[in-house]
Order: sequence, then structure tokens, then C-alpha cells
Amino acid sequence: MTDTTISHLDALEAESIHIMREVAAEFERPVLLFSGGKDSALMLKLAEKAFWPARIPFPLMHVDTGHNFPEVLDYRDRRAAELGTPLVVASVQKSIDEGRVHEETGPKATRNRLQSVTLLDAIEEHGFDAVFGGGRRDEDKARAKERVFSFRDDFGQWDPKNQRPELWSLYNARHRKGEHIRVFPISNWTEMDVWQYIEREEIELPSIYFAHRRQVFRRDGMLLALTDFVKLLPDEELEELTVRFRTVGDATCTGAVESPATTAEAIILEVAASRITERGATRADDKFNEAAMEDRKKEGYF
Amino acid sequence: MEMLRFATAGSVDDGKSTLIGRLLLDSKQIFEDQLESVERTSREKGFDYTNLALLTDGLRAEREQGITIDVAYRYFATPRRKFIIADTPGHVQYTRNMVTGASTADLALILVDARHGVVEQSRRHSVIASLLSVRHLVLCVNKMDLVDYDQLVFDRISEEFREWAGKLDITDLTFIPVSALHGVNVTSHSPNMGWYDGPTLLHHLEHVYIGSDRNLIDARMPVQFVIRPMSDAYHDYRGYAGTVAGGTFRPGDEVLVLPSGLTTTIAGIDLYGEELSEAMPPQSVTLRLADDIDISRGDMICRPNNAPRATQEIEAMVCWFSERPMTVGGKYAIKHTTRSARALVRDLHYRMDVNSLSRDETSPTLTLNEMGRVSLRITTPLFVDEYRRNRTTGSFILIDEGTNETVGAGMILDT
Repeated sequence: MTDTTISHLDALEAESIHIMREVAAEFERPVLLFSGGKDSALMLKLAEKAFWPARIPFPLMHVDTGHNFPEVLDYRDRRAAELGTPLVVASVQKSIDEGRVHEETGPKATRNRLQSVTLLDAIEEHGFDAVFGGGRRDEDKARAKERVFSFRDDFGQWDPKNQRPELWSLYNARHRKGEHIRVFPISNWTEMDVWQYIEREEIELPSIYFAHRRQVFRRDGMLLALTDFVKLLPDEELEELTVRFRTVGDATCTGAVESPATTAEAIILEVAASRITERGATRADDKFNEAAMEDRKKEGYF
Repeated sequence: MEMLRFATAGSVDDGKSTLIGRLLLDSKQIFEDQLESVERTSREKGFDYTNLALLTDGLRAEREQGITIDVAYRYFATPRRKFIIADTPGHVQYTRNMVTGASTADLALILVDARHGVVEQSRRHSVIASLLSVRHLVLCVNKMDLVDYDQLVFDRISEEFREWAGKLDITDLTFIPVSALHGVNVTSHSPNMGWYDGPTLLHHLEHVYIGSDRNLIDARMPVQFVIRPMSDAYHDYRGYAGTVAGGTFRPGDEVLVLPSGLTTTIAGIDLYGEELSEAMPPQSVTLRLADDIDISRGDMICRPNNAPRATQEIEAMVCWFSERPMTVGGKYAIKHTTRSARALVRDLHYRMDVNSLSRDETSPTLTLNEMGRVSLRITTPLFVDEYRRNRTTGSFILIDEGTNETVGAGMILDT
């Protein structure tokens, strides 16, 4: 009698692959959001597996706030080139230049929220009908209630009170022209699962995920990196620390954590011991209020 | 590490959110910032204690109304298992939410208040778990602290429920007395209930045997996607990608393909460059076949001597999710495995009252949150098994072709 136990990583992988194949079969123009962050790196690996030995049958898209870590952009471009997969870059700067959105002002201005408009414009421009996002249900209370196939109306809005029931592994892909479906193939993965899988599959990540020396300053209880896009407030001081990033977003609101972890294995040990959620520790954008994520999602955010 | 999915049912009054909060807290899955946020909100709202329900009520409308609207998914892990909780609310849209949560669950956790015993809602949830073929059911008798941890109370409730549950299709029934508020028998025992020598809830969740719940006998793989790389390196490659829905497949196995009825053998099983010696549920793989036969999405790969029924007539228990009722003569889009078609409702034999299990044979419609036995005629053959035998090849959803909403879910019966 052979061992028929399926490990949690294999079960999660199988579920994600199933979801990606459903999308490739049922939609005309899917696209995979690829920021170069670890969750999108995971999605990309799963997409490779789902269609091997064929190429991934949809393009990648990066919503570029213009406030990037250069290591992440290098990684993004290199991965797309290695896979031979087309990459669409939707630029928030262009949306600002064209007057579609207005830049926030003040020292704590961020372009995070502006991304929704750029994303929706790009979806419309390219006629995408399914958009893969790397959102996970363990990240936030609003995300915990989102479907794997999450319907968006022709304004790109999410209606959390009127979601389609989702049963078994039967996903309802039906939509009218102009509407689209956000698809979250890694909904059921936790931060720990993601890191365990990254280690097991030896998935390459941008170097900023691992410990390095960096000039940082403290703001709102977080360590922010010194970049060209932020100005120090009078009471803020620069210091050089050994840090790593737990998420990769807009450089103006993505915080680092002090850590000596230089490998996925070391990070897994830190995650296991961590007492603060990934978003709580490192994303200023979610700290606004209890419903910050829900409000942004309704507007069309990832 | 194995994964266990379980659905919890009950209302805020039963202490369900407190119990989940306790499981997460005691297994160290609640993070400091989440707890801080809940403590702050509880203070602002003037509660005397930290309301752990706030951890799970995610949407603004839910917090405003103090009720849980939608199924929420929660995650925790111990060194033995990873758990996915489908937390289904008790009040609003109860059937729809419970059915959704139970559809993927290995185990159902039902809470009753020790002071009130088994109430209508506990019975309703148990019936739904049974209809959805959730094999393991745990009845947690909560708030034991409010009945002085009295063994007689627990025994009486357990006995009453066991007797009633005889009518259900549940293979494994477990009773655990707990106090979620004080953490008794959730993750550790307490001297307050020295008379209880069974497992704690967490211990049970970690050890309950689910290995034989999957169907490893009837080989089934609905074809999801045909992989043809059209590249120089893999010029002639043709693979049939899908998720194994039952049984096992091995290279060399003779297989039957439906609807063509042609047979061939498995040349290889691929997963990203790795050749597998075996594939079983719930693996997502790609099968290569020895002969070049015409196969497309929606076809079924099975074994010549063990095939699902190919039929355009289906008998099923259907749960209805829409305010627009299901009527005899109604037409809907149907999705079954990877096959899409249209379905006509030919007959509604009866509507089932999930509280009394009684049948109403006079009802002309199924409305929101109702269930009934239905006959459907399908525009094209589907390859089906009885739902009790296979949850994947035995289930389907119905979609309103006008609004594109998912309006019903069906479990196929043997005929």
C-alpha cells in the first residue's frame, strides 16, 4: 500500500493550478498582475507549472507607481524575458500626467491609492476580462471574505455584500462585456505557506527580501527606506540597519523589518516566531482605519 | 503536513466566534496587531470584555450591524496539520453560506449552548453537513462553565443529538464539552471537567483520520485544458491537463475517454518536467496518451471497466440561492466538472424542510435558501457519479443566464 497522503503544499499547489487552467480555458484575455513581489513570484511559478511545457498563455502586467526599488524592476524584467512572456507596464505617472488622477501632497504622500485608476484604465484599454491577483485571505479581514473568482462590474467595483456563492471547485466565469473577474489563485495560502513553497521550489526573489544593509528612518512605527521619493520630516533621523522587506509595494509606504535572515529557511523561522501580521508590520496604507482595505477594494484596488 | 478543511456553524450567541478566536489565540495564530485592533475597538464600543468576534467580522456592514454576513476563511497550523476554517454565519443567508462552507469541508463543527441544548439551528446545520457529505461531525457543547461543568447536562445533550442524528448520513460523530470563553477543552483540559476523558477539540482536529474520505477507487479526470506547446523543443507534445477527481492513474493504465468511447493507455503523467509514477485526488497533472485521439475540454478520462454514467437526465438535491425562485420549466446554464451546458427543470418532486426533514410535495417553486429534489434535462450528456460517492463528479452549479449569478447548487442522486 503506497502512502496516499498529500502534503498541504501539494494540495495548495494543485488548487492554484486548477484555478489558473480554468481561467485560461474560460476567458478570452486573462492577465497576471506581476509586481515582482513574492506573492506574484509564487503566482508566476504556479502558472509555469500549470501550462508546462507550453508557455504561460497570458501576458503579465505591472501597475508601476514610479516609486520602485530598482532591484525589483530588474527582477521583473528579467523574469518576463526568461519566460518569453509579454509584460504590460501600466504607469501611474502617466495617469497623473494625463490628469486622470491627482497626486497626494504633503510629506506622507503615497501613490498607493492612485493605482486603482491606472489598473482599471489598463484593463479597459487592453480588454482584459480576467485579472490574476496575488491577494491572500490571511492578509486582511475584508480579503478573508473575497471569492476566488471575484466579480467586478463595468466600473471595476467590488460589491462585498452581493458576491456569487462559490462551491466545490466550480467557478462561475460568466460576465458581460466591460465587466471582468479578479481571480485570486493563492487565496488559501498563508504567509508561512508561501515561504515554505519558495524554499522548497527554490523560487528566486528580488534581493530586497533578504537581509541587507540599508539607510532607513522610523515613521508611524515602521522602518521606511530612504529613496528619492521620500523627504525626511524634521524629527526623523536616518540610520543604517540590517533589514529585509516582507512585502514589496510602493517604496514610500512599504516598511522594512530588522532581520539577519539571508535565506528562505531563515525567514521561515522568523515568520514562525513573528507576532505581527505582514501587512500590519510593513504597510502604512492599511493603517488608515479598520476598513481601509475594504474601501480600496470597492474602488477597484488589487 | 496534511491539510484539514472544516466548516463551523452557529451564531454569535453560541460563542462560535469566541471559540474560533480561542483556537487561533491558543495556537498563536492571532497576531499582536490584530489583537490590539480588536481590543481598541471593543473599548471604543464600550464592551466590558474583548470581543473576539471582531476578529472575524471583516466587512464594514458586518461591524455596523453586529452580525456576520458572509463566509469567512481563517487559517491556522499546528506542527501536525494546516487548517482552513470556513466560518459560516448563523443568521442571514444561513443555508447558502453553510452549503458553501460545507462543500469543501472534511469536517463540520457545530456549536450548541449547554444551557439551551440542541436547537432548530443545530439540527439544520447538521442536515446540511450530511447532505453535503461531510463525513465527520463534531458537536461542541459550549458554555459548560454556565452549567457548573455538569456531566449530566453534557450527557443529556449528546444522547439526544445522537438519537436524532441516526437519520443522517454521518459516519463519524464526536461530542466535546467546552468553555470557549475560559479555554476549557479547546486546546487543553481543565480540572473543572475531570470527568471528561476524551480529546480536546484541537487534539481531535489534529488526529481525526481523513485519509479514506477521498475516493481512491473510481478513476476520473475531467479534461480541463489541452496543452500543445507548438515549440521546437516540444513539437509533438500533446497533454491533457486536469485535476484528478477520483481513483489513481498510473503510466501504462488502460483508459476510456468519454464521450468518444475510445480506449488507449497512459504514456506518461507530467507535472512541470517531473514524470509521476501515480496521480490521485486532488493532484493537478497532465496526462499523455499513447494514441492520438480527439480529446477536448469537458471530456472525461476514466477506466474501461469503471466509467461514470453518461446522461442527459439528472436527479439531484438542489439548494437555491436566489430571490428569483426556481420554477418547473425554468432554464439555466449548468457547470459540471469542466463541462458547461444548459439545463431545463423538468420536475420538482418535493421541497425539503431542513428542520423537520419532512417533504412538501405540493410546492411549485424553490425560493431563496430552500432545498428540494429536482429532475433536470441537460442539452448534452454529462459524465456523473452519485454525489455521496464522488463530490467532484457528483456536483454542479446552476447559473442564471440573464444575470450570470450563481443561483443554485446540486448534488446528484443515484437513480
